Amino acid sequence: MAEMCSAIDLDYNETGSKNKYFDSLTVPLSTSSMATGDQHNHKDNKEQLRPLLVFGPPTIFPVFEAQNFHNYRFLKAFSSQVPLRQFLTEQKVDPSSIQAIFCNPVQKVSADVIRLLPSLRIIVTSSTGTDHIDLVECSRHGIQVVSTAGDHAGDVADMAVGLLLDVMWKISAADLHVRKWGPSMPLNLSFGSKVLLILLLVQSMGALYIASFGFVFQLKGKRVGIVGLGKIGTAVAKRLEAFDCRIMYNSRNEKPFVSYPFYSNVVELAGNSDVLVLCCSLNEQTRHIINREVMLGLGKDGVIINVGRGALIDEKELVRCLMEAEIWGAGLDVFENEPKVPNELFALDNVVLSPHASSFTSDSFTESCKRSAEALEVFFSSNISSTPLLDD
Amino acid sequence: MGSIGVLLVTPVLPYLEQELDKRYKLFRAWDYPETAQLLAQHATSIQAVVGNSGAGADAEMIEALPKLEIVSCFSVGVDKVDLEKCREKGIRVTNTPHVLTDDVADLAIGLMLTLLRRICECDRFVRSGKWKHGDYKLTTKFSGKTVGILGLGRIGQAIAKRAEGFNCSICYYSRTEKRNSKYKYYPSVVELASNCDVLVVACPLTEETHHIINREVINALGPKGFLINIGRGKHVDEPELVSALVEGRLAGAGLDVFENEPVVPEELFGLENVVIVPHIGSGTLETRTAMADLVLGNLEAHFLGKPLLTPLF
Repeated sequence: MAEMCSAIDLDYNETGSKNKYFDSLTVPLSTSSMATGDQHNHKDNKEQLRPLLVFGPPTIFPVFEAQNFHNYRFLKAFSSQVPLRQFLTEQKVDPSSIQAIFCNPVQKVSADVIRLLPSLRIIVTSSTGTDHIDLVECSRHGIQVVSTAGDHAGDVADMAVGLLLDVMWKISAADLHVRKWGPSMPLNLSFGSKVLLILLLVQSMGALYIASFGFVFQLKGKRVGIVGLGKIGTAVAKRLEAFDCRIMYNSRNEKPFVSYPFYSNVVELAGNSDVLVLCCSLNEQTRHIINREVMLGLGKDGVIINVGRGALIDEKELVRCLMEAEIWGAGLDVFENEPKVPNELFALDNVVLSPHASSFTSDSFTESCKRSAEALEVFFSSNISSTPLLDD
Repeated sequence: MGSIGVLLVTPVLPYLEQELDKRYKLFRAWDYPETAQLLAQHATSIQAVVGNSGAGADAEMIEALPKLEIVSCFSVGVDKVDLEKCREKGIRVTNTPHVLTDDVADLAIGLMLTLLRRICECDRFVRSGKWKHGDYKLTTKFSGKTVGILGLGRIGQAIAKRAEGFNCSICYYSRTEKRNSKYKYYPSVVELASNCDVLVVACPLTEETHHIINREVINALGPKGFLINIGRGKHVDEPELVSALVEGRLAGAGLDVFENEPVVPEELFGLENVVIVPHIGSGTLETRTAMADLVLGNLEAHFLGKPLLTPLF
């Protein structure tokens, strides 16, 4: 399960002040709490606030806390090294007063935790995934599990398409090239040669680029093989269809009502694709699903985009295939040992690298904060959650 | 046809140059240190000029070529050709529409994504080793944003189609409202800018559209707005754009074209809220080849007395 968690280095501190993620976010007071002010205890006395047990913590927690400090007493179990029972004792909190947990995949909500908290009725996770929560135990105790992730699939799909366009058009490489090369006309040339050079350059900015980087391959008509046609894979397919790409896929099972051609194994999918986009979750079956055989099947003009998990790809083999030009290029948001990235990739301009940022947009964080606040508000005011059980 | 003189004013795709050389008597402008010298020696042999987005045929050149019959542009934009002069003298002008529409639209979306999601910055962040010390910051979501298109021609429509795949709302400004369009029309560029998150320039460059993106439009687009230019550099008042970016009055810009290519304003190089690429909008091999074939096809048709493939007039 550890692989399922985002390997995020949180720069969190106890005072709850914004970490560097949130430079771009403003921190308005939660408006819903103001509207239903009568129902909430706004006393500064911490003991009077409703306790909210926090595991993880969710990446959005610093902003959530800043927006909701007057609504809840936050019990930051994530920052404690001791077992939960001891932590609660130290906080002078009766375990039976805990009705709600706010969490994310970084820290498990196990059966033991659930059994310790007899009044627990709702678990809010800011992630789409729920592997960190013992759902069986929740079901046994009638505990609602609510996901308040933002438009995760949209953001990740946007990143996948962005990486693909960047790899194919060498946008990042060109941007860097222009910033270095831009106005740096050779100053020590004789005037005559400078004029000629200027004449040449003025007429052929694009030609010089092509000389440096080679041609771009057109996206139209390209065959895109999606590995994992869940929410993210479907979102990727929808976007690339608008570019006149031909979509095909591999998934655990063929999806009914889907018109894209299905391939039951990834090698076959790769053999019939120009681009592979990895959108599936990581488990025993999918670890290193992209191996040398698949990459050779994809071929010398092939591009791999990974917005799933690093370990979906045999990373050493990927590096070898890129260095030996067995595949054309790659766009990677995830790696096997984040934040370590194979050094060999840094020299390549047909590779675009991203620091596991596919769902880190301020819009989605704001939305997730809002949904989390609303889910908890609704729960505490009515004591039942109105947000339905999450769907996978 | 080997005796027909063709003047190639600028280096182009090698395939095109080679074919022109095979079929015609080819004069390359850069072989002559002075244009005057070229004209003095060969003016009366030249019946066709081939140019591109960077160089074409201005009034002076047209006047100096008494035998000129056709200007065939290796581009869709013809702002470097003095069209009025050509009309006056009955000189045909052709360009390369359609074939590069998809490329330019793809790049426009590519610029939007790399700009809003800071993909170039992310790439540099990883390569520099900074990721070991902490995550990159939050970026701006693209899906669902409102995209404003300036000029709803072939390219504008292709951009709209792609943006809709990202659940974007589309609005546009055009000289005249397109009756059959499902997109929201605004009767002025300022109004369009006020009502969109990402404004993309996709119209031809003419006298009317010169500096169509000016201070007023930039201010209307605002500190949360983004500008994408895949048209011509001269669509944008560049100094105004630069100061808006530096001062934070505009959230960011993705630029394929500049007022004085290849000069790119130095102030942009230090900014993380810009994506700069060197006029690569039609840069796929397939498209450049198709463009070249159009140039060759138009010239061939003209000299055989057949209908031109893609004439402007």
